[in-house]
Parts: sequence; C-alpha cells; structure tokens
Amino acid sequence: MKFDRPARRKLFSNSMTVLTGLAIVVIMIPLFAVIYETLSLGGSVLNASLFTQGIPYPCSPRAGVTCQQGGLVVAIQGTFELIALAALISVPIGIGAAIFSVEYGREHAAARIVGLVSDVLSGVPSIVAGVFVYTLVLLYEPTIVFSTLSGSFALAVLMVPIVARTCEEALRTVPNSVREAALALGISKWKTTLRIVLVSALPGIVTGVLLAVARAAGEAAPLLIALGNGCAHPLQGVNQEGCALPLWIYIGATSPYANWIALAWGAALILLVIILALSVISRLTLDRMARRMRGG
Amino acid sequence: MSTATPSKPAPPRRTRTVSKWGDWIFLLLTIVATALIVALMVALLVVLVYGSRSTIQALGLSFLYTKVWNPEGNVYGIVPFAVGTLLTSAIALLIAVPLGIGAAIFLTQQAPGWLRGPVGQLIELLAAIPSIIYGFWGLIVLVPIMRYDIDPVLLRYLGWTGWFSGPDYGLSVLTASLVLSVMAIPTITAISRDSIAAVPRSQKEAALSIGATDWEVTRKAVLPYARSGIIAGIVLGLGRALGETMAVTLTIGNKNAIPTSLFSAGQTIPSLIANDFFEAATPQEIPALLEAALILLIITLSINIGARLALARFQAGRGVGAE
Repeated sequence: MKFDRPARRKLFSNSMTVLTGLAIVVIMIPLFAVIYETLSLGGSVLNASLFTQGIPYPCSPRAGVTCQQGGLVVAIQGTFELIALAALISVPIGIGAAIFSVEYGREHAAARIVGLVSDVLSGVPSIVAGVFVYTLVLLYEPTIVFSTLSGSFALAVLMVPIVARTCEEALRTVPNSVREAALALGISKWKTTLRIVLVSALPGIVTGVLLAVARAAGEAAPLLIALGNGCAHPLQGVNQEGCALPLWIYIGATSPYANWIALAWGAALILLVIILALSVISRLTLDRMARRMRGG
Repeated sequence: MSTATPSKPAPPRRTRTVSKWGDWIFLLLTIVATALIVALMVALLVVLVYGSRSTIQALGLSFLYTKVWNPEGNVYGIVPFAVGTLLTSAIALLIAVPLGIGAAIFLTQQAPGWLRGPVGQLIELLAAIPSIIYGFWGLIVLVPIMRYDIDPVLLRYLGWTGWFSGPDYGLSVLTASLVLSVMAIPTITAISRDSIAAVPRSQKEAALSIGATDWEVTRKAVLPYARSGIIAGIVLGLGRALGETMAVTLTIGNKNAIPTSLFSAGQTIPSLIANDFFEAATPQEIPALLEAALILLIITLSINIGARLALARFQAGRGVGAE
C-alpha cells in the first residue's frame, strides 16, 4: 500500500493519538486492580469484630482447626494516636514557618529559606526519617526508642514540609488589601495575622494539613524502624511499643498465617477508605475556598 | 474616603505597648518554627553521620566498593544495594517515562474536555494510595502472575539476552521495578501535564497554521517548549523510586547480593534498611545501616534539588518566553 505524504503524516499523527490514549488505559489498570483486590479481599473480613477485637492468635485452617478472624482495634487506635501526636508537633511548626515566610518575608530576607528547605525536606525518603528519629531518640531517651511517641516523631518529620508548603501557598492567596485594612484600623500585626489573615486562609491550611495527614497515615517504612511491634496486646501508652494499620499490613503480609494475611487486607481496606475520605474532604474544602474567592 | 472621623479619643498608650510586645512574641514564635525546620534539615545529615561514625572510621571508603554485606564477619559494602537501587529505578523509569509522558500528552492535547478532570483526579488517586498497599498487592497478586505467566514468556523470547534467566520465584528485581513504575507514573504525569498545559496557545497555533498534523504540533512545537518541566518531572519520579521502601521490600525477594539477572532476587538500600532494622540487626550492624541511609539521603537530596532548580528555571524561562 502506498500513501502520499500528507496522508501518511495524518496516519502517523492519528496512531500517536491512539498510543497516548492507550498509555492512559495502561496506567489505570494497576489502579483498578489494586482497588478491586483491596475491596474484595478486605471486604471478606469486614464485619463488627474487625472493629471490636484485637489481633488473633496466628492460625492457618487445617482439618479440625477453625481460625479466629480477630480484629484491628489496636492498629486503628494506634494509627489515630500516631497521627494526632504527629499533627500536634508538625502543624504548629509548619504554620509558624509559613507565617514567617509570607507575613514577614518582605522585612526579613531569611524568610525565603522556608520554601527552599521544605522543598528539600519533602524529598527525604520516609525510611531515612525513621532511621534519623531512631538515632536521635536513642541518644537522648533510649527507653522510648521503640514507641508510639518515636513513631509520631518520624511521621512529623514527613508532615512538616507538606504543611509548611501548602500553608505558604494558602497565605499568599490572601490579598494584601485585607492586611492593610486591618493594620489601618490600628489592629496589631499579630492579631491581624491570627484573626484575619489566618482565618481567610483557613480552607487552604486545612487542605494542607489533611494532605499531610493522608500521607503520614499510609507510611509504613518509618514505623518499621521506630514504632516497635505492640500489636499483640492492647496499647499500653505512648511511651510503649505501638501498632498501626500500615505496620500491621507489613506484619500480616510477610507472615505465613491465613488469618493474619486476611486481617492485613482488612487493614488495607480501612486505610484506603481513610485516605480516600481525607482526599475528598480536602478537595471539597479547596472547592469552597475557590467559590468564596470568586464570590468575594 | 467617606467614613466618619473617629469620635472616640485615641486608644490609651498602655494598649499600644502591650500589642507591641504581642508583635515581638509572635514574630519570635514564627522565627522559632522556621529555625526548627532549618535545624531539622541540618540535623538529618549530622545525626546520620554521628550515628554511623564507627563504620565510617573502621571501613572508610571501602564501604563504597565492597561487594559483601556480612554482619557476622563485620564486613559491610553498599555495592549490591546500590546496584539494586539503581537497576530497579532505571527499569521503573524505562516503563514509567513513556507511559507518563504519553498520558500527559493525551490529557492536554487530545482528550475531550469532559475527560480531563476525572482522569486527572484518578491519577492523583494513584499517587495517594500508600506504598505498603502497592507492595502487598504486588506480593499477593503480581508475584504469582509474574512467576507463572509473564516471566516464562520473557524467558522464551528474550532469554537469549541473558537478562531474563536463572531461578525464578516471582520475587525479583523485575517485579519490584514494575511496582516502582506504578508509583513513579503519577509524579511524571502530573508535572509533565502541568508543563505542557503551560505552553502558550500561540506556539501551537503557529505550528497548526503552517499545516502541521496534531502529532507534529506536539512533537515540534509543544514538547520542546515544555522540555525542562518534563525532565524535572522525570527526575522527581526518579527521586520517589530511589527512596521507595515498602513496595520494594515486599516484592524484591530481599537477597543481599548483586542481582545476576532481572529474575533474581535482590535488595535496594531502603529495603536493606527496612529488613535488617526490623528483623534482628546486631548492634554492630546498625552504624553500617545508618551509613547506608546517609548515602541514600545524599543521593535523593541532590537529585531533588537538581530537579527543583530545573523546574524553577523552566518557570522563569516561561515568563520570558510568554512575552
């Protein structure tokens, strides 16, 4: 078959369109495969005991043996404790640094370092954050090297740059006229920043915090290093070995026991739902902010 | 200004002094927060160097070229893991780059408007799924598929290259690279899409007006313009792949040796740290693991900073080019 030149070029162009479209399809395959597998395998252990019982004795079904399914109370509670503590540490630091960068940036050249450092920190591999916290805690308080507290320090290291960066962007969207109006009324700068600028930027800040929480909630690597393994019993306190959903997925996945692997899928399902919920909420908050800015 | 002049007298002096103090304290607090972030970055390096000092002193540069990791004999070398890390990341990019850029081109150039938003959000979702879930899925679902379905085909048709041979249990460098590529794709796609979308319309219209086809417009007018942004996206994707721990740990087979083929088990720097820390690291092995973490940190940070610089230059260049 012979083409004249324009037709051949057109054909080539169209086949490239098909190829790039195929790329989208190929990318979606693992996404749907992972979600499908998590929903179906996690769904099979989804019942009340998943949220009321602790980790069961390890067991694989044999003749004459029935295994307990057990539940993930300890892991769920551990994840919420970790996230709450990590947010408690990272959110004030991130917001404080973002305020310094945006609100005082014109007076202090040093403020520009915030964006730079948070960009660099956001590239730190999560396992390195875990190893860093392990070493640091070992130096100062060896008794809590493997604890919920240590684990939350490691997650905070990962959250700080996300919070700082998104907060910076949110504060920048507040128009200068708002600040000037408040200052012209004689309101002091710190009150202007806290009560007016920060409140106007709140949806953006909330989005940033939720993004950081979603990232931290799914992290397993730093927890392997710094959390220890306190999944077998009810949690003792934040200075004792802890448990978390991602940690349990790792322990269950690498174990040979059927009921532990099934529970790991349950943990994957709960984690996926938490993270999807967080990203939907943060998207809704952003939309509200966008609408309000259009309206104003 | 039509507002009435204030009828109240000026506020008493005391209030002003108090708010002045408030301003100072507030500024101080924000400076403390900033200092903490800067200190964190410095501390990362200092603490890892401090923690690994005994290995650095005892082994010196031999840590960088020794091919054995033997905690019993107190011999540590990073070569097998450096090879594993670079190999898995390279293969992952080989798969992720064409797919990611192709998807970005389709999303910005060809896709109908109603498709762009939802597909973009699905790709963001791909980035939001935790790596431990990818790893778990890889271990339970992908590993058997690779072992029984895909690897035999590769062995049959590509076995002669020597890359696809040897004992194969599905837990392999190839499987880990595939999972890594899934994780690098959203980064590459998102940043490429934004860079391509930022190409001015006039650039495309000029090419169309001289009779270029859709692909010629993309290839000759759009991609060169967006090039540095796309490269930055690829490098950031590489940074993510190099530091990825859980997805690799669960799928690579965790063998402390230089992989002999893509079917053989291996180990990356992050998976080494995760495995040996969590299992039973001897007190003597921990400084060596910390030095491995230090090297990983230095590699990923330099790559990340390089990509950010390229991205900043791209954004600055766009401002000039738009005139």
